[in-house]
Amino acid sequence: MMSFFSEVYAVAWSDLRFMRHNILQIMVSSLMLPILYLLAFGYGLKAGDVDLFGDGSVMVPYLTFVIPGIIALTSLSSSFNSTATRMNVQRLYYRSFDEMMMCPLSNTAIIIGKTILGMVRALISVTLMFCIGCALEPDFLTWMNPGLFVLSVALCCFLFGLLGETAALMVRSHSGMSLFTSLVITPMTFLCGTFFSVQALPAAFQWILYVFPLTEASLCIRGSALMGVSDAYAFPFWALGVIVAYIVVLFSIDMYLIKNRKV
Amino acid sequence: MDMQDDCIIDVSGLVKRFGEKSAIDHVDMKVKRGEMYAFLGPNGAGKTTTVRVLSTLTGFDEGTVIIDGHDIVKEPREAKAAIGVIQQHISLDKDLTVWENMMAHAMYQQMPKAERIKKIDQLSEYIGLGDYYNFKVDKLSGGWKKRVAIVCALVHSPKLLFLDEPTVGLDIQARRGLWDLLRKLNNDGMTIFLTTHYIEEAESLCTRVSFIEKGKIIADGTPEDLAHKIGYFTVESFGKDHNTQYAYFQTKAEADEYAKQFDDTMTVTVRRTNLEDAFVEMTGNRIGDNGFMLQKATNPKEAR
Ligand SMILES: Nc1ncnc2c1ncn2[C@@H]1O[C@H](COP(=O)(O)OP(=O)(O)OP(=O)(O)O)[C@@H](O)[C@H]1O
Ligand SMILES: [Mg+2]
Repeated sequence: MMSFFSEVYAVAWSDLRFMRHNILQIMVSSLMLPILYLLAFGYGLKAGDVDLFGDGSVMVPYLTFVIPGIIALTSLSSSFNSTATRMNVQRLYYRSFDEMMMCPLSNTAIIIGKTILGMVRALISVTLMFCIGCALEPDFLTWMNPGLFVLSVALCCFLFGLLGETAALMVRSHSGMSLFTSLVITPMTFLCGTFFSVQALPAAFQWILYVFPLTEASLCIRGSALMGVSDAYAFPFWALGVIVAYIVVLFSIDMYLIKNRKV
Repeated sequence: MDMQDDCIIDVSGLVKRFGEKSAIDHVDMKVKRGEMYAFLGPNGAGKTTTVRVLSTLTGFDEGTVIIDGHDIVKEPREAKAAIGVIQQHISLDKDLTVWENMMAHAMYQQMPKAERIKKIDQLSEYIGLGDYYNFKVDKLSGGWKKRVAIVCALVHSPKLLFLDEPTVGLDIQARRGLWDLLRKLNNDGMTIFLTTHYIEEAESLCTRVSFIEKGKIIADGTPEDLAHKIGYFTVESFGKDHNTQYAYFQTKAEADEYAKQFDDTMTVTVRRTNLEDAFVEMTGNRIGDNGFMLQKATNPKEAR
């Protein structure tokens, strides 16, 4: 067991050194997008109150509604992008991924180790975003359930890191990566309950959105952040279950891809 | 020690296909512990593919590969622990510094911390990289990047070292330095498997050489054995038609006798047969310094 963790650390170490070299750049680039969304949707749009359950029982101001969505989105973009970009470059351009594959490391350790950079980056971005959120809406601090919030955020960051690996292991070129982003990541960003409540949509469309894990991520993060708004508000444990299921599925896919890796 | 254990590389019936084409075509090969073994062949012969398969980077279609007593499919970890690889193309992490690249390797190999630092310092000093520790790898010239790759491959003192055309792109001093290093490592018991298209490299370094062409091993033995298979002496004659003719003889007397028949218009040399002669004779090809076949030029389409 000890040796498993030391393998994971060995895999993650070079990525963390890379992050240290570029820390400022990384911070700026990973906060830019969520802040823009916050300005555009939170302030620019001037949307009215949001009906949380779709039955008029609990209404919250749009800003309060959208901040947890943006936090979920930050966990996706930060974790996915840093994992996928770094792994893609190491595999296709530097070829240093090959060097690692020639060393006596287990595939499990490689897959988990490679998500660490994305997780750390995403956790930093989410923390900063959360601080901005609390400055704008201090009530989050009284409403939230810290345990469930941290658990949800951590699982989401891990999930999206695994998704980044899937993308990096699947594509054969840089343009393949852009295609993956525009087909999977961008639609998720806008549609998956980040900026509007999925419950407000027609049932058929809802089911499609539940297939994308950012929908469950938004539900969990918003659920844990707005826990105290109403007594009727129950945390969606089923969505957390779906996230765990996705983790298992993506982990298995990554294991398969790394074993049958071409190039 | 039984026969099996005597061999650090034991390959039988190895086939690797890319689509229709076999890059490795039914290769059987045994390399004994402590040998310095060269794989000699022209561009596209399958040298890199062989190194990548033996170092577990690429899968293969048929056959078995045993490295240090471990089947690389069934026990990849144990096999990987025994090897160090210097790839043909630089494969360092260009976002990291020289030292970080070395350190990352030592960590992948699960070396204890104190030992990592000591070994990196020791190797870097030997190779002259100490002053470059904090350079981003990207800022080094090609030859210096290669030196970093050499340290990375050696950091865990592997039992078996693969080098894929290690001296391409190195200056003369560095090449000599690397040769000395390889001799020293080999002397200390490391088995060395190198691919090259420089015949003099194989000849001066290696205890055993095999010729590979189009994915097949066509001859194998000590450099002397291979040379002597075609005759100890070579008569090289160069005439007005700008074509060099070669003839091979087992004794000096026979060679001298043959050389007498040429008149003054020809430049005639009698010399000992070398590895290059053997390669030319056995394959009907001549490797130029850059690896191109000079005689009997192959159709590029066919070569792919
Ligand atoms: N990824 C690949 N996909 C398809 N064909 C490949 C691939 N890699 C190598 N080949 C083919 O396999 C053959 C052997 O290539 P290899 O790189 O092993 O040659 P080599 O002996 O190392 O040549 P060089 O001296 O140029 O390095 C070549 O014909 C090449 O076109
Ligand atoms: Mg090659």
